[in-house]
Amino acid sequence: MSSTEFRKDLFADERDDTLKEIGKPTIRQDILGHVTGRTKYFDDHLFDGLLHMRAVRSPHHHARIRRIDTEAAARMPGVRRVVTAKDVPVNLNTLLSLINFGRDDEPLCAHDKVRFLGETVAWIIADTEREARDAVAQVRVDYEPLPHVLDVEEALKPDAPVVNEVYPNNTFDYHGKYDHQKLRFGDVNAAFARADHVIEAEYQMSPIEQAPIETCGAIAAPEQNGRFVCHTNTQALFFSLGTTAKLLDTPSSRLHFIGGTAGGGFGGKVDSIVEPTAVLGAMLTGRPVKFAWDRYEEMQVGAPRGGERWRIKDGVMRDGTIIAREFTGFFDSGAYMRLSPYAIIKGTGHLPGPYSIPNVASNVYCVVANRTPATAMRGFGITAVDFSIECHMDRVAEAVGMNPIELRILNAYRDGDMKAHRRKAKNTALIECCQVAAGKAGWSISADAMAQSSLRGGGLGERGAIPETATDEEGRIGERRAGRTRDTAPSRQPTGRVPAGHAGQAVTAAPVQNPDMEIEIERIGHRIAAQQGAAPAPRAPQPPAGQPTPPRAAPPAAAPQSSYAPPPSPQATAPTYQQPPAPTPPPAPTPPTPPAASEPYKPEQPFSRGVNRPGTSRFLSGTRRR
Amino acid sequence: MAIHKGRGFACINYPIGMNLGGDPAQALVHSTPDGKFMVALSAIDLGQGMKSVTRQIASETLGVPVEDVYVDTADSDTGPHDMGSFASRGTHRVGNAVIRASAEARKQMLEAAAEELEVNASDLDTDGKGNIHVKGAPSRSITVADTAMAAQFKQGRTLAGRGIFLIPPSDADAETGEMTPVTCFAHAALVIDLEVDDETGDVEVKEINSAYEVGRALNPKLVEQQLIGGAWMGVSHALYETTEPQYPKRDHGPQDFNTYLMPGPGQIVPHNIAVLERPAEDAPFGGKGPGEMCANPVLPAVANAIYNAVGIRCDRLPITPEKILRGLRANGGARPQQVR
Repeated sequence: MSSTEFRKDLFADERDDTLKEIGKPTIRQDILGHVTGRTKYFDDHLFDGLLHMRAVRSPHHHARIRRIDTEAAARMPGVRRVVTAKDVPVNLNTLLSLINFGRDDEPLCAHDKVRFLGETVAWIIADTEREARDAVAQVRVDYEPLPHVLDVEEALKPDAPVVNEVYPNNTFDYHGKYDHQKLRFGDVNAAFARADHVIEAEYQMSPIEQAPIETCGAIAAPEQNGRFVCHTNTQALFFSLGTTAKLLDTPSSRLHFIGGTAGGGFGGKVDSIVEPTAVLGAMLTGRPVKFAWDRYEEMQVGAPRGGERWRIKDGVMRDGTIIAREFTGFFDSGAYMRLSPYAIIKGTGHLPGPYSIPNVASNVYCVVANRTPATAMRGFGITAVDFSIECHMDRVAEAVGMNPIELRILNAYRDGDMKAHRRKAKNTALIECCQVAAGKAGWSISADAMAQSSLRGGGLGERGAIPETATDEEGRIGERRAGRTRDTAPSRQPTGRVPAGHAGQAVTAAPVQNPDMEIEIERIGHRIAAQQGAAPAPRAPQPPAGQPTPPRAAPPAAAPQSSYAPPPSPQATAPTYQQPPAPTPPPAPTPPTPPAASEPYKPEQPFSRGVNRPGTSRFLSGTRRR
Repeated sequence: MAIHKGRGFACINYPIGMNLGGDPAQALVHSTPDGKFMVALSAIDLGQGMKSVTRQIASETLGVPVEDVYVDTADSDTGPHDMGSFASRGTHRVGNAVIRASAEARKQMLEAAAEELEVNASDLDTDGKGNIHVKGAPSRSITVADTAMAAQFKQGRTLAGRGIFLIPPSDADAETGEMTPVTCFAHAALVIDLEVDDETGDVEVKEINSAYEVGRALNPKLVEQQLIGGAWMGVSHALYETTEPQYPKRDHGPQDFNTYLMPGPGQIVPHNIAVLERPAEDAPFGGKGPGEMCANPVLPAVANAIYNAVGIRCDRLPITPEKILRGLRANGGARPQQVR
């Protein structure tokens, strides 16, 4: 049926295939636990007196909350506590505030108004989940429905309702200046004017559920000394811990988060909503509290992969060379920002896809509407635009009458090509992937296309240069809402020029803090661009495992191998993998002789984890505690 | 009424690691008294194999058997900081942190062994089977277990290491979008063969042939699992899934797996994969992390194959039978792509 082959023949000279453990199909450390049902997930931690928390959710897309009447709910059987927004110490956050990105825009619990169908307006904590659900149904909320907007482009219109007052223009504010993220490289308008074909189309990605088998959930319980333990299936332990500390206004030292094993994530377990909610419940009741989404909540309230709309316009020459590509993108962020504005920057850095195109422009909008907030999902920021780009490539191939694989190879980026985000491509392999996939499928491509290589021809002339770039200042924050800007596509009337060659410094990894933390260069198993020529000096702290030399110093299209600076080799054209000279470490200081010890401790058998207690049920995979 | 065969192509690249950096990962490694190594992390294993790949990385870097390494994650009281498992950062960021922590622990281990063997630590090497020997003189050796014992009980030395890996945060330019988005990219190309039934609008994907370039397959089985599972997800995204069938209207949203459509086990498509490995220079042993990118090329390749089969451009996902039947009606029937 299916088959997998490892093409060790390709790029063999850049790789050392004699590593001892890396590259081996070692069985997973945790797989026996998974397949025998012994692995502990968050919900396998058992607590006596566990309480259950359920959310009261908005039935409206957009409504003002006039009043919440919880009296009847509080009198329901088994109810321990009704929780509302006023119980949340700091009820405003944005996920990426942990890395200083964006403004706080989202409450854990709505208080003044609800902004999407299903938003939390209160919680019930009860002895059983059934009792919590019954009490949720008894909470009376007096709503004043407000006009709502669901479509991203409708939300950009001047008369659209303001969804989230923190972003009153219904867009994320980029760099304190624009209502979108720009990408400008060369001059697309000039290129469209001389192109043989201009090909335009619009693509729409649907919202998609991450659909893990295990829904988002957490159990929190008081520990000693005023601490709280939280068992969670988060995808980001310290994201969830930091978010909880902020929302609940508590030092992070009071929080003990335990996770590490999730029943699927795919991006849907980053948002850190269940963790602060469960810990809040434990703080308010002094009891263990579980808060977990049911399948409906996972699918309709939990954040999906957001819808994305992309318009692409290509300028193409008769021979299939793409000379210009323009994007207009709309990210459907939902009512709150979460991770979408960041994904747009990721997506912008990805444009124009894996191709060498000399003129590229893009405007991408992060749009707020009365919709379930979107979040990460496998391929975040990339999946939808790749769908759009690759469907568009097929349109281009048809327009110029070319084999679609040959069209990709013709336009593919190669080592040393300048990318639209103004950094040189390196370590590319698109052409080889195209050739191998075509071969496997028996889809014949020309001998010329088969002869191409990612290693050759990149960075030559225009391909490696940063062109003079047309810029504009359209789409300043607030202009669209004021009716002064309508067009969403990159400007047709550029007002500025950035000179050719303009680029800043590439950012590379922080150096190791201690040379002992650096693996020996001959043990990393692949070639790196580091110190060729001169013998490696004493290994002072320096970029790890071979950071590329700063781009400024990159040789201008001299070597076809471009960004790789192979170790000196007799063969000038085809460098082969060589063991670099071993570094000479400083002489090891002679340690003082330790006092003679009696026979040191030595276990008779290797350590094994865990104990089997007689009398314990083999089917009880939990920690029972009070 | 007929079945139409179609073939579509797509190729992609994928950025590895959190865009624009600023996402550190840390690791701590220490030896038990008898020379087994514990790796403490806060990374999350979502099923992608985080624990296993970091275990193998630690084993390779330390130079000890993989059975002697155990990964413990994620307890915020004992595991050092890590941003999380997303943005294709697990293998790249955490893997690099584990290399650094293991390298430091190895350095301590070799120094302890050097003292026992009365040689210079730089003259020592490991055999990956639990022994440390003098380079070129395999008989002059000591076991890792004896080294750990001596280090702890005779020399008063820990065999431990710390590691952190950080791409410092940077920004995108407001005017040009200039940025250093990530430090390496994975690649893929893929051919879909499928059939479209012009009576029912049903699409059946028959075969996938693909090439994925992953830097280095740190564990070939984990790579294979990701690629086969990812292709399944790609087919599902292309043809079945959405939480909002009437997007942007929110009506008729599925609430469970009875109404949220996905292909079943019987619809897993035969998939012939070629794995290419071009190591990335700042990735752990060159490995880029194949998990996130592998569904991406499937979506457009399916759309392109449907156009090839019946001449309908389906630019709005998912490509449901309804959309195909409406397209056929608008086109006056199937119009297979002529030449290409």
